[in-house]
Amino acid sequence: MNNTDIKRITPKNITDKEFFYGHKACAGCGGSIAVRLALKVLGERTFAVLPAGCMSAVGFIFPQMAFVNNAIISTFPGSASMASGVSVGARALGLKDYKTVVFAGDGGTADIGLQALSGAIDRNEDIIYVCYDNEAYMNTGIQKSGLTPFGTKTTTTPAGKNIHGAQSFKKNMFEIMAAHEIAYAATASIGYPQDYIDKINRAKHTKGTSFIHVYASCPTGWGIPTETTVQIAKEAVDSGLFYLAEYQNRKFKLNKNPKSFFSAKDYLLKQARFKHLTDDDINIIEQQRDEKWEYMREHWK
Amino acid sequence: MNRPKVQKYVRPKHIDDYPVGPQFTAGHLSETNAAWRTFRPIIDKDLCINCLRCYIVCPDGVIFKSENKVDVDYDYCKGCGVCAYECPVDAIKMVKEELL
Amino acid sequence: MSNKKLFISGDEAVAIGTKLSRPNVISAYPITPQTVTVERLSEMVESGELKAEYMHVESEHSAMSAAMGVSAVGARAFTATSSQGLLYMAEGLHYASGGRYPIVMMNANRSLALPWSIYGDQRDSLSLLDSGWIQVYVEDAQEALDMIIQAYKIAENKDVLTPFMINLDGFVLTHTYELVEIPEQEKVDEFLPPFQTPNKMSFEEPKNLAFSTTPADNLEYKYQQNRAMFNSINVINDVDKEFGDKFERYYGGMVQEYRCDDAEVVMLTLGSITGTVRMIVDKLRDEGKKVGLLKIRYMRPFPEKEIIKLAKNVKAIGVVEKDISFGYEGTVFTNVNSALSKIDNAPLSLNFLCGMGGRDVSKSDIYNMFISLFNAVKGEKQKRVQFINMGVETDE
Ligand SMILES: Cc1ncc(C[n+]2csc(CCOP(=O)(O)OP(=O)(O)O)c2C)c(N)n1
Ligand code: SF4
Ligand code: SF4
Ligand code: SF4
Ligand SMILES: [Mg+2]
Repeated sequence: MNNTDIKRITPKNITDKEFFYGHKACAGCGGSIAVRLALKVLGERTFAVLPAGCMSAVGFIFPQMAFVNNAIISTFPGSASMASGVSVGARALGLKDYKTVVFAGDGGTADIGLQALSGAIDRNEDIIYVCYDNEAYMNTGIQKSGLTPFGTKTTTTPAGKNIHGAQSFKKNMFEIMAAHEIAYAATASIGYPQDYIDKINRAKHTKGTSFIHVYASCPTGWGIPTETTVQIAKEAVDSGLFYLAEYQNRKFKLNKNPKSFFSAKDYLLKQARFKHLTDDDINIIEQQRDEKWEYMREHWK
Repeated sequence: MNRPKVQKYVRPKHIDDYPVGPQFTAGHLSETNAAWRTFRPIIDKDLCINCLRCYIVCPDGVIFKSENKVDVDYDYCKGCGVCAYECPVDAIKMVKEELL
Repeated sequence: MSNKKLFISGDEAVAIGTKLSRPNVISAYPITPQTVTVERLSEMVESGELKAEYMHVESEHSAMSAAMGVSAVGARAFTATSSQGLLYMAEGLHYASGGRYPIVMMNANRSLALPWSIYGDQRDSLSLLDSGWIQVYVEDAQEALDMIIQAYKIAENKDVLTPFMINLDGFVLTHTYELVEIPEQEKVDEFLPPFQTPNKMSFEEPKNLAFSTTPADNLEYKYQQNRAMFNSINVINDVDKEFGDKFERYYGGMVQEYRCDDAEVVMLTLGSITGTVRMIVDKLRDEGKKVGLLKIRYMRPFPEKEIIKLAKNVKAIGVVEKDISFGYEGTVFTNVNSALSKIDNAPLSLNFLCGMGGRDVSKSDIYNMFISLFNAVKGEKQKRVQFINMGVETDE
């Protein structure tokens, strides 16, 4: 996690080539920033595997092929296993110097694809798994996933008088991955693009499985103006509701440990998906956040 | 500009004109996305400090480094406004297409 | 020099056939009665006898998904499963055929839960008849071994590029020992060239694979897939001949006829039961009865032409199968009748459903099936769909 040993990729020296281009994502889509930047770091000798979800839906509409590098859509549950097959198959053919990357949504990762992902990490496949987290099943019309946070209004967790949106808390994917003693895991946010680029670069230079959980806002599903995509993903981190961390060699590290948080209430209430939250709801969210940070500050120095 | 360009696409006339199975040339673009745009980002090169923030955060990757700082591939810009919002010196203005 | 022979089970024969076919990657998940195959393959990889990667996937869904990944970079993939495992990978079966990935898979035919049963029947593969896979049903361990080698050659043919499922009756074939002739590696290498496909990702020619289509193009891809399946018929017959010329074993391609010349009553079979039916045909022939046997080898593509050709000259056809489509009849029977509907004066046909969940089928059961067909020919009313060997009364 000491990033001095690999050459840093910066806006100045990052390749000017684009590998995710002409896609049909909504204007201001955060997921496409995550996919695009990762591919610029990984380069053209990369096989990309995408399960069903927004990024595959917007990237592969015949005859509009938005991936300039090799790319394939997997079944919704099968991205980690298909990527494993790609990586192992290429190795069996004697191919050298290539990368295999998955770009899967939160649902494709924390829910239906979790088993295949767990298997891939167990085998320590040489793949990089990027979960772009927009906190719901967006491609099918904004339904709740295992990474939808408490209180979120989705089309399957309506906010009414009786129930104020999603009642479960976000699964802790990062620590679930770390519990596998994975070669490298990190959280990131498109609101902090340089940090994300660094982490993809770290994954690129890691042998074995890497997992990167990148917070990737969705103007359509969250009900925010398109131009604020990057800003909102930054505020999620600044308000402490998402955090930037890494795991390697049995050690956790917090990359950003703010003295004080940006107002969670402000962050939440500017999004249509949280508009209905009461002060009590927000108190629950803040309490959860504070407990988490207390733990992280103590254990992940 | 190091970006894929729209290519002329001829629809298959015979079944054998289709590729064998769902496979096609990577990066083959048969249409542009320009029609999605209501607002067009215009970069004021005098204000621009060439920090490359807009280049990094553009969801569509349409901002590219050019001889004179940065430019936009308007064929694929969707007019989301992220670049203008993120520009530290307000060098990008979003201008309504029909006013241009 | 006489060829090497080994006393091995069907599962082991499959493993050896696979080794001889030189797959690059094996991804499989254990399930009875397929396990011996994957255990043997693991041992071969461990010993270095087989230069392939063995992927210990965590499920059948992943086994198929990984196999597709392997195929998508142009490498040769093998997997094996059975029953619940086959159903668990159902999503991947359609995906692989639509994606045109010529994966070869062994399926040990086994009953489906519920109730749980590890014994043999053919409901697993027949319920996935529409998944776009070539389906062959073998009769013994030798055929199983030979068909793995042929499978790669057929599946990878450029006009076919369609995945291939080799079905072996659970236990009856997978776990029964037979003397099996082992082809020489050198000859197999001459017979089966390395895998080549245009449908792959490479750095020389980057591709986007497994994409989505709008209604403007979807039908054309499905037409193409269907055409490839039909193309496989000629390839199956050619490969059978080429294999026979080289290894001195011919299987007949789409079907195998037995004593059908001048036959008036013919039994159609699938899989290992063929051996027993063959014995009864001999017995009845000794009694002077004009009977024959048509072993359906391929269920997809379906041997419609061969069945029609035979049916034109016979009075009655029986279809024996270890399967039922609830609320109708046996699936093989439905397919056979569809072929019969295309000829004038089609023979009468009866369906014998047997062997489900491992229920015994004896020689006398088969004998009685023929008797029922003779009675029908005589004009005596017979049940069109008969459950063989029911253990209790049913009031029917
Ligand atoms: C086996 C299966 N079940 C359900 C679906 C339908 N489906 C396709 S994409 C999707 C949601 C994807 O959500 P996520 O993974 O979060 O990605 P996003 O669309 O948000 O980018 C669902 C439910 C499917 N394609 N396959
Ligand atoms: S719905 Fe959201 S995640 Fe999907 S393409 Fe649109 S903005 Fe991106
Ligand atoms: S408006 Fe959006 S798509 Fe267009 S250049 Fe700016 S960030 Fe990119
Ligand atoms: S963000 Fe603004 S200042 Fe920076 S390069 Fe873009 S236009 Fe220039
Ligand atoms: Mg999502």
